[in-house]
Amino acid sequence: MNQGKPAKSNERKIFVCHGTGCVSTKGMEVREALEKALAEARLQDIRVDFTGCHGFCEQGPIVFTEPDGVFYCHVGVKDVPEIVESHLRNGQPVVRLHFKDPLTGEVVPLFKDINFYKKQQRIVLRNCGRINPERIEDYIAVGGYEPLRKAFTEMTPGLVIEEIKRSGLRGRGGAGFPTGLKWSFCQQAPDFPKYMVCNADEGDPGAFMDRSVMEGDPHTVIEGMTIAAYAIGATEGYIYIRAEYPLAVKRVRIALEQAEKKGFLGKNILGSGFDFRVHVKEGAGAFVCGEETALIASIEGKRGMPRARPPFPANSGLWGKPTNINNVKTLASVTAIIANGADWYSKIGTEKSKGTAVFALTGKIANSGLIEVPMGIPLRKIIYEIGGGILNGKQFKAVQTGGPSGGCLPASYLDTPVDYESLAAAGSIMGSGGMVVMDEDTCMVDVARYFLSFTQAESCGKCVPCRVGTKHMLDMLSNICCGKGKPSDLDLLKELAEQIKVGSLCALGGTAPNPVLTTMRYFRDEYDAHVHQKKCPALACPELTNYYILPDKCQGCGLCLRACPVAAIAGGKRLVHVIDQEKCIKCSTCLDVCPRRFDAVAKASAEKIEVPSEPVPVTAKKPVSVASGSISEE
Amino acid sequence: MENITLTIDGQKVEAKKGMTVLEAAQAANIYIPTLCHHPDLEPYGGCRLCVVEIENTRGLPASCVTPATDGMVVRTCTPAVDAERRTALELLLSTHPFDCLVCDRRKVNRRCTPYDVCLRSVAVTDRCVTCPANERCELQAVVDRLGMKSCRLPRVTRPYPIDSSNPFFEIDHNRCILCARCTRTCNELTGIGAIEMAYRGFSMKVSTFGDKPLFESICKSCGECMAHCPVGAMSPKDAVWPEKEVKTTCPYCGVGCQMLLGVKDNKVVQIRGERENNVNKGGLCVKGRFGVVEFVGHTDRLTKPLVKQDDGFAETTWDSALEEIANKLSRYKPDEVAVISSAKCTNEDNYVLQKFARAALGTHNIDHCARL
Ligand SMILES: Cc1cc2nc3c(=O)[nH]c(=O)nc-3n(C[C@H](O)[C@H](O)[C@H](O)COP(=O)(O)O)c2cc1C
Ligand code: SF4
Ligand code: SF4
Ligand code: SF4
Repeated sequence: MNQGKPAKSNERKIFVCHGTGCVSTKGMEVREALEKALAEARLQDIRVDFTGCHGFCEQGPIVFTEPDGVFYCHVGVKDVPEIVESHLRNGQPVVRLHFKDPLTGEVVPLFKDINFYKKQQRIVLRNCGRINPERIEDYIAVGGYEPLRKAFTEMTPGLVIEEIKRSGLRGRGGAGFPTGLKWSFCQQAPDFPKYMVCNADEGDPGAFMDRSVMEGDPHTVIEGMTIAAYAIGATEGYIYIRAEYPLAVKRVRIALEQAEKKGFLGKNILGSGFDFRVHVKEGAGAFVCGEETALIASIEGKRGMPRARPPFPANSGLWGKPTNINNVKTLASVTAIIANGADWYSKIGTEKSKGTAVFALTGKIANSGLIEVPMGIPLRKIIYEIGGGILNGKQFKAVQTGGPSGGCLPASYLDTPVDYESLAAAGSIMGSGGMVVMDEDTCMVDVARYFLSFTQAESCGKCVPCRVGTKHMLDMLSNICCGKGKPSDLDLLKELAEQIKVGSLCALGGTAPNPVLTTMRYFRDEYDAHVHQKKCPALACPELTNYYILPDKCQGCGLCLRACPVAAIAGGKRLVHVIDQEKCIKCSTCLDVCPRRFDAVAKASAEKIEVPSEPVPVTAKKPVSVASGSISEE
Repeated sequence: MENITLTIDGQKVEAKKGMTVLEAAQAANIYIPTLCHHPDLEPYGGCRLCVVEIENTRGLPASCVTPATDGMVVRTCTPAVDAERRTALELLLSTHPFDCLVCDRRKVNRRCTPYDVCLRSVAVTDRCVTCPANERCELQAVVDRLGMKSCRLPRVTRPYPIDSSNPFFEIDHNRCILCARCTRTCNELTGIGAIEMAYRGFSMKVSTFGDKPLFESICKSCGECMAHCPVGAMSPKDAVWPEKEVKTTCPYCGVGCQMLLGVKDNKVVQIRGERENNVNKGGLCVKGRFGVVEFVGHTDRLTKPLVKQDDGFAETTWDSALEEIANKLSRYKPDEVAVISSAKCTNEDNYVLQKFARAALGTHNIDHCARL
């Protein structure tokens, strides 16, 4: 199968990222423009192609060239002529399109020098952004389907399971159950037929790890799935993808078709006599359908609601038959493990958590995007070295791991290694890979409220603690954020959180209280301030904060007056402007528009800043103490 | 079936393999509260009232969905179980009118009537005495049993209009505790599938396809869902409490469903299926459940034999009516006579009639109305 190999390694190529992020920022148009421009410039020997997601979506559309490894960000159609002329024809890369480190301002021309990538270890994402995901030849050229051949021709199903067991791989869907062990349960189940399901539901807000793998390297997942099917003896498979991922659905469908044509799927795979067919099932986008028993119900055409286990899917799953369910990243890792061996894999990571973890790193951080790091790496390294630290020189406050039902860890936990056990011990979870970084401006009560509003809305409603309990918790948190919290609420909130954790049927309810419990544990002072002093220390909760225009700073420029959406500001030329607190909707517009050098708008919570009751002449040039003393009125 | 032994609250309990922990406890007369479980339906595990502690098992499993195994050691009322149960019940109460449920008056002999002055300022629509399920409500029973005295949580409501589109019964979502017994009944027992849970989270609701009124859906009005509702969320429109019940066979068709006619003031006021028989095991169709009340007491119903005379029908006695029939029949040859029987008769009646036609009259001309 050599015809698929790209020609010589020094073939000149220019890749445009076609992950969902870059497609939405018009990456496709950039590629078309490049193709046209190269044709016009008679540079046909340079191949234009596209890849899946690079994980650095905020920099998109991303373009990079090979073999020189130049990396361009925010490329628009208008930049194409310059890239073609200057770089591709004359060998002068376009400096203004290079990546600029948001912290140091340093320009980094080459892909391999960008800190965001340099500190990562990519196993699951190894081909993402490297190959054209719609061409099986590209996948084969980088060694794809060799692991499948190895498993089918050199290994028995038992040996495959042994190898996965030895690698120490644990499920990446959140719970971290040892994958090899799970496979052996399903293999030993006496019933037939058996099903192999790939869980690509990925419902966590802000998470796009599984989507990127399916969009960037669908064959890896299909290959891992086929190896798993061979190991457990499944003849039919389902990939459950949410319908909101149309590009992933499309690329997985293309990949399935190509794999079947090449004999890697379907009847009598590689002449082994083993059959495996895969169906794509599009989900309607309920978070709870990622839970394995709900997912099974959904494939069966029922309402996606979890059920109690046992029986576990390994014994009674889809249509009551033995079923094995794995996450996308788990399956992508399987392919790599069979390719490189269990010994190689088990050297990566920690004693109990092997391999790498993929995170969607977001929040108040310099570089946000998709990252893959070895297990056991401290949180600090992810946030400061890969993520580039906190934006705008602010203070780090907390990091939330594990998606909407993970916990928020404070600065004192920054040296916690990222692995299943350590995160659980700190009150958080590994989850399926969300990581949100928060700075000093974030109110932790508000954060807890936000995550709970998600889990409450996504609760399937089957069991009482989750359906009703999270509603009460959410109401209490909303009240606390508005300054209506009662001291007794705090105890009740904690009690409810703990009872919901033990009493819920599935892990959605079982983990939904985590953000509340961890913020109460690590940021209790913020809860107390909201309840007892009606104060939001982070100045984030609108109901508890007021905006004031400082008479000793206001220059009377009128910017805020014109920008205020509800005309709550009074003022005039060279007059100190005044906000009518009754009218103000706390939208922060005045603070945002007031020029940095004046810095005249201030926020305060539970304290009153003395300001004039109506506009008075500007005194800002005079010494501060005199100005404020003479102007303030009661 | 294989027998197993488990220990529940220190008591050795015999059970059949395949039973759940809840079933094993119930068989041994050990009380575990539950609201979503119903013996007719598949285990659900939604209300979380039946949580127990099981040795060597993590957390607090719901006994209704946990298979009983040999040697299992179960505890049904430990402090942890009790705390979880009370939380679940408190949460449920906060979504259901609850002031009456925790009112002292309910527990002493002096019960409220609809005209009493309420001591707790409960809205009329929220009072026990105005709920059709009052005193037969399973939620009331659990509250009493657990001795719930107060609810620390504020009432959270989802005000929904009452669906009274069906001629026989109505759905008051404001009383619904979302146990899903009705939806499971409609799917598992009747196989109709007219109702299902819709929406997620706190907005979850019993709904027809497209959230249309029940009568515009594929609902067959059998009322099975209503019969399985533990509270007053589904109730017959004509809710009169019977004084006594009389067992009989449904007269509507030949299936022979057993039913209990609820009688008050010598009138049939309500009907329910009789569970202890192998024909219908408690199930009824729309005609049996809602039709018989009207049919039994209807003014058009014949209660005495009539003879046709020149100027219409005249009442007569059974003796003279039968004599008249016998006289007339004897004037014909067997082949000149045909006998039609009815699907509304019992199998026994039909058997006797065909026997009469063949053996007494000597004719094979015997037929039945239900051979369409
Ligand atoms: C509420 C909830 C949502 C979940 N969502 C996902 C998901 O989106 N993707 C996923 O792979 N696993 C999800 N899981 C975990 C699955 O139930 C299951 O453990 C996993 O798919 C098993 O695969 P693994 O062994 O490869 O991790 C979710 C679990 C819960 C409780
Ligand atoms: S915990 Fe929540 S999501 Fe899970 S079964 Fe219960 S209601 Fe549904
Ligand atoms: S009346 Fe019968 S058919 Fe109609 S919803 Fe209830 S159970 Fe279903
Ligand atoms: S209507 Fe009755 S049976 Fe149906 S879910 Fe509500 S409480 Fe349960």
